[in-house]
This record gives sequence, structure tokens and C-alpha cells, in this order.
Amino acid sequence: MRVGVKLVLVAAVVVAAGVMIGFYVSNLTTLAGSPAYSLPVQNVNGHPVVNLEIQTVAAVGPQLSRNPDWVSYLVRNTSGQWKRETVWSLPANATVHVTIYNFDGASGLRNPFLARPQGMAGNRIMVDGKPTDAVDPNEASHTFAVPALGIILAIPGVADDAKDQCGYAPCPMSNAHRTIKFTFHTTTPGHFRWQCFVPCAAGWIDGFGGPMQTIGYMDGFLNVKA
Amino acid sequence: MAANPNAAPAPPSDRTNHGMRVVVAWLVLSAIATPLVAVFVGHLIPPGNGSSQGTEQVFDNTLMLTVITPILCLLAVFFVYGLRSFHASSSGAVLDGPPLRGDSQIQILWIVGTSVIVLFLAGFGTFELLQNGAGGGQGPDPIAVPGGQKMQVQVIGQQWQFTYRYPSLGGIESNQLVLPADTDVELHVTSLDVIHSFWAYELGVKADANPGVDNVAYVKTKSPQVFHVRCAELCGLWHGYMYNNGRVVDSAQFHSWASQQEKLYAAIKPFMDKPEADGGAPFGHTYLPAPERRAG
Repeated sequence: MRVGVKLVLVAAVVVAAGVMIGFYVSNLTTLAGSPAYSLPVQNVNGHPVVNLEIQTVAAVGPQLSRNPDWVSYLVRNTSGQWKRETVWSLPANATVHVTIYNFDGASGLRNPFLARPQGMAGNRIMVDGKPTDAVDPNEASHTFAVPALGIILAIPGVADDAKDQCGYAPCPMSNAHRTIKFTFHTTTPGHFRWQCFVPCAAGWIDGFGGPMQTIGYMDGFLNVKA
Repeated sequence: MAANPNAAPAPPSDRTNHGMRVVVAWLVLSAIATPLVAVFVGHLIPPGNGSSQGTEQVFDNTLMLTVITPILCLLAVFFVYGLRSFHASSSGAVLDGPPLRGDSQIQILWIVGTSVIVLFLAGFGTFELLQNGAGGGQGPDPIAVPGGQKMQVQVIGQQWQFTYRYPSLGGIESNQLVLPADTDVELHVTSLDVIHSFWAYELGVKADANPGVDNVAYVKTKSPQVFHVRCAELCGLWHGYMYNNGRVVDSAQFHSWASQQEKLYAAIKPFMDKPEADGGAPFGHTYLPAPERRAG
């Protein structure tokens, strides 16, 4: 084979590899391995309002993932089904009412600072119907945080001795759970990462691997659109 | 004997003093370029004048650029002069200069010159480092400690956010680094999980955040400004999102901010004040999570 042909082949392979790496990185950072779910928007007195219902489960189960034992967030869609979709589209300048049903047990916060709810309306959350300014760091199970919007809140866990604990998700409301409610407001359009700050990936070194490092389980994006 | 018709033509006799020409051209170019670089280019080099350490880094970078400029000029002059003067002529004769190899005078000059430059930079760098650490992390037992009173701030890295704890303000913690102007700050950088690197760009401070290690760095703030903080160590999935802004504010604004934070912080203070043995958070310079909290 002539040297020129060899050079062209090598250049073609290098370019192809570069393009594939580019696609991979782009896919990883923007799309997020999880389909975007557009939350239905209600119009209340001319103001967009969104109700976001999510649940946190200790084991996502074989129906929703090839990794049934992974911890995960799920979102309830308009037909009432729980889906493992963590990229959510929201309108800008909207009021977002969030309800989190947590079916997982407590594992504690590494940094108690995260126990103070911040960034939502009134810097306060409702835990099982009671207004709460701080969650006991040792009772926290997960967090829901959108660092770029300043939103941080700890989610208290189900007691270790609670009856009817959920096995695999999706978990019915008859299982033991905690209910957390809060409201926040979106402002300008943007692409905001959200995540859990508790290293909750059981079975991985220090709880950091698997679902903590894979989009679609314990983290995702808020795509705020104009 | 008849001449060999295939032999290369003999090089013409060359009595030109190439060395002197190169030196003169180098001196002229250096005399023009060096002050221009020092005055117009040096101050453009990051990180800027956001802190005393930043200003010193700009000075250090300017000085090194100024030292490098004559060396670059020498290389450029030598290269261009060599291309113009030493090549094959149209007649086929090779125009070559005098050999450098074996010229002991040039060798001695080269060795002495480079040695002086390297030793000067080593001495200068050590002097600059020992003044105040030059904005770098110095580990748990810093050698270069600036004098005077310092405000302590603990920088805590966690996948994927930095938070900042202020021991002198009752232990309040914030997810934005706010510092008073014209203040010496002692940063205690650590991590709760993997290795991060705290980098306050415009302040000229960069220190690794290692789990279980108290990495101390110093910075003296100047006038009010906004600066960028980002993680400079690939630390997992959301490393690229581990950044935010910090602020240097005047003293009145800082105390107002601190009072506001204390009010917000009051709700979790009881948990923070618990002794570590009772499940509370340790509150020393180094933040170490309790062993039972190390996995989810």
C-alpha cells in the first residue's frame, strides 16, 4: 500500500475516533442518558404553575432499570405512572410545587449544612405535613439540590423499624414513606443540574459509584425554557 | 593532476564575523522587545490583581517573561541569521559558518549563562514562596505563614459543590465564599469524599482538597470584587459543573451578610453544636465524616 494511502487511512481513523468521542462527551453532558420529560403546565391567573411529583426509592427494580438494586429518583407522569426520567423541562418564571415521596431509609448527611432547606419559598419545607426549618442530619436519606439555583433540601428517611417497607420500585403509597413538599420559582431559561448529595449508592466504594455517577438515577437536569 | 569534475565546489573564503553580527542583532532586538514585553504584556498574564498573592503572581510571571524574552530573541536571531547566511548557493557551493562544536569560549558562556538564570529563578521562586505561600496549598503544617491576624475559613469540597465554614463567626456555613476586603485569610481546604481542588481564580489561590487532609493556603484580599471558584481536579460525573462565584465585599457588607447567615444558620446550629461522640459534626480544622456515614 502506498504511503499516501496509508496516511489518508490513518487520518480518517483519527477523525472518526474524534467525532465519536465528541458525540459521546456531548451526549454525556447535555442529554443525559435519560429522555427529557416535559411537565404539564397549568395557567393560574396568567401565571404558569407546575406540579412535580417525584419519589426516591432504595431499589429501582427490574421493571424500570437493568440495574434493579440501584437507588433512584422517579417522576410521576400525566398518566400516573412512575418513570425513571430525571431530565425535566419546566417553563421559565413559573411556580413549581414539588412533592417528594421518600421510601428509603436514613443514612445521614456528610455535611450537616445541607440539613437546612434553602432556595425554596420561605426557605422552608413541609415534612409529613409539618413545616420544617431543619432536618436532623442523621435522619436524612437523600437530598434534592439544584446548586445553580441555590436549592438544597435534605429528605428524611423512613424509620428502620417501619412496617411495609418498599422492596422494588415503583412503590405504592401503602408502603412506608415520608412526604416532603416545597415550592420554588424558576426564573431565566437555562440548563440546571440537580443531584443528591448523600453518597447513597449502596454496594459501591464509599457510596459514590453506580447511580451516583450515572445520569438518570440520583441526578439529572432542569431544562428551564422560555 | 587533473581536477575531479564531480567534486563539490570549494566554499568561498569567508572572513565575515558572524558571531559579532548575531550578538549585535540579538542585543538590538532584546533591547527593543524586553521592555515592550515587560510593560505591555506582563500585566495581561493571569490571575490579575484580585489579591496580594495574585499581584505577586502577576509580578512573578512578568519577571519570568522578561527573563525569557532575550533568550527567545537569541534563538530567533540565530535561526533567521542561519537560514539567511548558511545555505547552498545557486552555484551549488555550501555556505557554512564557523563550527560551534569545540569552541570552548562559547561553551563556557552557555553553561555559565544558563546556570546563572536557573539559579536565579530557583532563588527567586523560593523567596517568593516563603513570603506567604504564593497562594498555593501548603499542607497541614504550612512553612510560609504570613504575619498578622488572619480570618479562618474552612473550604469543604463534596461531589459536586464547595461550601465554606467560618469558625470565627460561630461556625456559620455558606455555599458562597464571601470575604471581607483588605483581610488576611487562612483557608483550610478539605474534602468529604474524593480529591477536589479549590481554585479561586482571580484571587490566585489554588489548593488540593483531599479527604481527611487539612490543606492550608493563605490569601490577602484587596478591594471588593466578584471572583470565580471552580474545581481544578477531575472529580467525577459533575466535575464540570462544580463552580460558582465568590465575593469580596467591604467590611460593613461582610458583617451584614454574616448576620443574615447566622439567622438562617440558627435552625441547624443545634445539630452542628452536638459533640462528635453524640453524632454531631466535628468542628475542627479538618472535617472528617464519622465512619458510619461513609457509605449510603
